[in-house]
Amino acid sequence: MSTSITPESRDNAQRDSGSRRSPKADQAHGADAKPNKTQVRLGDRVFLGLSRGAGITLLVIMAGIAVFLVVKALDALGDNNGNFLTDSTWVTDGSKPAFGVAGLVGGTVISAGIAMLIAVPVAVGVALFITHYAPRRVAQTLGYIVDLLAAVPSVVFGLWGLVFLSPKLLGLHTWLSDYLGWIPIFDKDETGTTARTLFTCGIILAIMVLPIIAAVTREVFLQVPRAHEEAALALGATRWEMIRTAVLPFGKPGIISASMLGLGRALGETIAVAMVLSSSQEFTYKILDPGGNTIAANIANQFAESNDLGRGALIASGLVLFVLTLLVNGAARVVINRHKEFSGANA
Amino acid sequence: MTTRPRLARRSAAFAAIAVAGALTLTACGSDDNSDKPASGETTNAANPPGGSSSAAAPAKLDCPTGTLQGAGSSAQKNAMDEWVKAFQQKCSGAKVEYNGNGSGAGRQAFFDSQVAFAGSDASIADADVAKGTAACKGTPAINLPMVTGPIAVAYNVSGVKDLVLDAKTIAGIFAGQIKTWDAAEIKALNPKATLPSTPIQAVHRSDKSGTTENFTKYLKAAGGDAWAAAPSQDWPSQEGQSAKGSDGVANVVKTTAGAIGYMEGSFAENAGLGVAQINTGAAAPVKLTPEAAGKAVSAAKITGTGNDLKLQLDYATKAEGAYPIVLVTYEIACEKGTPADKLPLVKSFLTYTSSEEGQSILAKNGYAPLPAEIATKVRTAVAALS
Repeated sequence: MSTSITPESRDNAQRDSGSRRSPKADQAHGADAKPNKTQVRLGDRVFLGLSRGAGITLLVIMAGIAVFLVVKALDALGDNNGNFLTDSTWVTDGSKPAFGVAGLVGGTVISAGIAMLIAVPVAVGVALFITHYAPRRVAQTLGYIVDLLAAVPSVVFGLWGLVFLSPKLLGLHTWLSDYLGWIPIFDKDETGTTARTLFTCGIILAIMVLPIIAAVTREVFLQVPRAHEEAALALGATRWEMIRTAVLPFGKPGIISASMLGLGRALGETIAVAMVLSSSQEFTYKILDPGGNTIAANIANQFAESNDLGRGALIASGLVLFVLTLLVNGAARVVINRHKEFSGANA
Repeated sequence: MTTRPRLARRSAAFAAIAVAGALTLTACGSDDNSDKPASGETTNAANPPGGSSSAAAPAKLDCPTGTLQGAGSSAQKNAMDEWVKAFQQKCSGAKVEYNGNGSGAGRQAFFDSQVAFAGSDASIADADVAKGTAACKGTPAINLPMVTGPIAVAYNVSGVKDLVLDAKTIAGIFAGQIKTWDAAEIKALNPKATLPSTPIQAVHRSDKSGTTENFTKYLKAAGGDAWAAAPSQDWPSQEGQSAKGSDGVANVVKTTAGAIGYMEGSFAENAGLGVAQINTGAAAPVKLTPEAAGKAVSAAKITGTGNDLKLQLDYATKAEGAYPIVLVTYEIACEKGTPADKLPLVKSFLTYTSSEEGQSILAKNGYAPLPAEIATKVRTAVAALS
């Protein structure tokens, strides 16, 4: 008796769900849709109600969270004795709390920037190799490995960065400051003490965002119309010239979108940075010196022991991160839209 | 045809449940207390106000059933884990969940009545007393010192053993005034040691923590003019390196030549680091041991009133054999006004943690047991919870 669903009824169910899923399509292809297209069934109405309800609930929850966060943040900002946007201190206890996000925003942007400088070229290279150079079997294996990297929890990266990577990078720090020290950002005040710096964090972030960017760009490169590639080759282009003239222009918006996804993660990465970075609240542009902090890492470090005011302040800093990410994404969207016309994307 | 076996199976399941239920009941039922002890008095009777019996007899507990939620200090998380394990072994019907998400979070959860007790590295701040009273239905919330532990000043200097430091020197090191290991101040305290000229890397916590607060309290109280900043949970200066958590600090000290850092004693021990002896002005420098830390705690003044056992430590103590850098963490609970369904559990669990058995577990985990006088007072206060 357990199989109460007959094949027939399952068929019906499938047909129902089909018509529910794409009523528009049904209308468009009116002719070959099922005969009951004009008749709205009870199931349709119920499902419409449910899905609309789910959508509205989601919006209400989101709005509720947003209101809660903004209210908490405003409470804290009201008690702030410093300038929230230009100060780089974080004192939320005592009688005269003063906090500001300048140093945090600086550290966030710098570490994410380093991550992008390293990750984007490497990821594009990996994606190109997988899609255009590697033999199929190698490509598949490499693809799996890249995807696997995306599944490593960030706390593992943090631990690895703290215990393994940062001691190994001390030499690179010294070398960079010795030979490139005349460039302000490579200037180093403290002599060879620790590599738990914004630079190291940038490298770890790069490794963390690499799989995201590589996976997305790989998919984009696979979408390049075969005709474009063959046309380029037929005109006598070498493989690299084909990639330069056919693949990269087509993939540019995709590369940018992928980079933005990665940048979102790099900006918001919390625990790996909190574990690795020898942080301080002061802003520093000297990426080879310990110091600096990021918004997300500061939240991780402060939240547990913070009082009400401190938490409000952290939420406010979180909103700053949100706005920052939004701005970056908006900028990327503008770039993508501008590039679309020139690429083969809409061919 | 099909219904009969199913029915039989179901009745078998019922029987199994009944048997299991009977078993658990008998397991816990010997003290003749079911889920709800009738009133506070019966619990008292079953468990006379502690402390009077000085023998290290296993804690006598009445075992209420149910789930008890606590949250707070991560510094006492290890102690809590041990206690919860032992307590649940004794009382199979009871379940204790302790979330070591930080003192601030714990206190907040307690004020919001989400948890029945909070673990906290600091007593309730004056500004928050009203919140505690509100959470306890108009009666005060009390601080019960429960876990004390020494804070180690651990170092990584090759060839140096048995380093001796005093508060002034430690303050100078962490303030960035004393920069190398062969500085005159350190030499004066360690005349026999061969100190290298390695630069000192002072490592502090990057996260907000009760350990930092207690350590800076010590520096402020005992360091004299070598330490200017006010005690706080955030490291107050920009000098030196930072790392997240006591494990992070221990890790960095271990991997950095010339490093020195502060952490709960157990972390220094687990990382195998050298721990500085403290010259307090007593006849001999004090080594970090649970007993030495206990001595410093017993020199503390109780500043709370009644059953509120808020402590004020004397960080500048010169008492013989007292290790002055200690962390005291509290359990915060309602003196009266714990919800009736949670009260027996809170009482029973805290009775266990403050018992000699509970306290003796601490020493095995790098903490220090409460000194006898304070432990007695804590037991009295726990017994009076209602």
